[in-house]
Amino acid sequence: SNKLPTVQSQYTVPEAPTPKQKAITYNNFYEYGTGKSDPSHYAKNLRTRPWTISIEGKVQKPLTFDIDQLAGYRPLEDRTYRFRCVEAWSMVIPWVGYSLSELIKACNPLPSAKYVQFLSLDDHKQQPERPDSYDWPYSEGLRMDEAMHPLTLLTFGAYGETLENQQGAPVRIIVPWKYGFKSAKSIVKIRFLDKQPPTTWNDQAPSEYGFYSNVNPNHSHPRWSQSQERHIDAALFPRTIKTLPFNGYADQVASLYNGMDLNKNF
Amino acid sequence: MNNNAIRLLKPLVFLFCLLPVAALVRQAQQGNLGADPVAHITHFTGNWAMYMLLLSLAITPVRRISSKLAWLIRFRRMLGLYAFFYATLHLATYVFLFSGFDIAGAFSNLRIHDFHGIAEQWRAVWPVMVTDIQKRRFIQVGLLAWFILFLLAITSPQWVMRKMGGKPWQTLHRSVYAAAVLAVIHFAWTLKKGNLEWWKDGLVLAILLGLRILWSLQKRFAQGRPKVAVSR
Repeated sequence: SNKLPTVQSQYTVPEAPTPKQKAITYNNFYEYGTGKSDPSHYAKNLRTRPWTISIEGKVQKPLTFDIDQLAGYRPLEDRTYRFRCVEAWSMVIPWVGYSLSELIKACNPLPSAKYVQFLSLDDHKQQPERPDSYDWPYSEGLRMDEAMHPLTLLTFGAYGETLENQQGAPVRIIVPWKYGFKSAKSIVKIRFLDKQPPTTWNDQAPSEYGFYSNVNPNHSHPRWSQSQERHIDAALFPRTIKTLPFNGYADQVASLYNGMDLNKNF
Repeated sequence: MNNNAIRLLKPLVFLFCLLPVAALVRQAQQGNLGADPVAHITHFTGNWAMYMLLLSLAITPVRRISSKLAWLIRFRRMLGLYAFFYATLHLATYVFLFSGFDIAGAFSNLRIHDFHGIAEQWRAVWPVMVTDIQKRRFIQVGLLAWFILFLLAITSPQWVMRKMGGKPWQTLHRSVYAAAVLAVIHFAWTLKKGNLEWWKDGLVLAILLGLRILWSLQKRFAQGRPKVAVSR
């Protein structure tokens, strides 16, 4: 990975980052195997150049961006975010990128665009460990107002460097108030839609992974409580800490869900 | 294999079965437990409980390959007890680490004899476990599997078998198959939908169980009609 030029960000949380070594050896990236350390071994097959992201759907006209063009489009910010996995562990990661809203504005979406869908790289040759039991490509999505929120980060790097392959290189989304799986990796296509897109985990097990999947300590996963999390930091054994509503970002994002029953729309 | 050889081999097998624990301790000393040590230890002990259980179940079919392998039966109980041992470590990991129990705090409280503090720490995690047992079916089947292994472990000494009588003892100990099936279900249910990591354990168990069913059917056919029908 290469160093990236970055600027400060107002959205950084003042917490100590998880050691990089832990962050890049403990990943859920099923395209490279179902084990947590699998992606750190198998994602080296991923070729991140040349790479383009195509923009489709409800936009004035379809576009294609080259990854380097996209990475240089706006100043890259250092943004340290809390990261909460649906499996009840958490990290603190210093991501590098700029708000997705900047890209969305450049795409000129039509007024009918209510949702944004992210599609990940789907190439069995580069993903030999990929289990066949899923409907690839990996798909995730956000409501337009969620995607436009300044916290939603178009992410090119972490720890001041370009993303490691297992982190979803060369470009991914980070939505810090949602469970990690909402943050699609290795994105090749962004679609603007008038309807809620199908998303990979929601399709697999709708009772376990809702479309919204906002971090919510009061809504249990069917197989475990979400009220606490193992916080992975520099210590040998992670501390168990209380999970915060919207992963601690309630002040910034709770208003997006005014009037919604968060237990129904989990 | 003669008695002397078995007597020599037994402590070796005993130590061999402890190697996973040694590996875990070594990993801990070297800080090699990975980013999420609690999840790692949980999976590690659970896996070894399963391997020991499957190994103990494999003894009988392997013996049938050749009469020269009859001596293997002398190791079955040890493997079964090791399955219980690893299942207990697995359960203890859940109770004292996975639950969020502040084990480091508990140790320091123990050192200053602050038992009240330990009770407080326990009270903090107890509700999470109660909810798990009430609500989560993978926990329920896992706990049931452990309880079966516990019953088999406490009835494993020779004198208990004599006291119980051969038949009732054998009937009880056949529930090891139920424990194994429950263990595989427990494993499968802990995984995300579409993650089929459990299939290897499931396949081995299916083969081991299938062979038994096949043999018992063969036996019945060899005897002609089922015994019960004849005696009536």
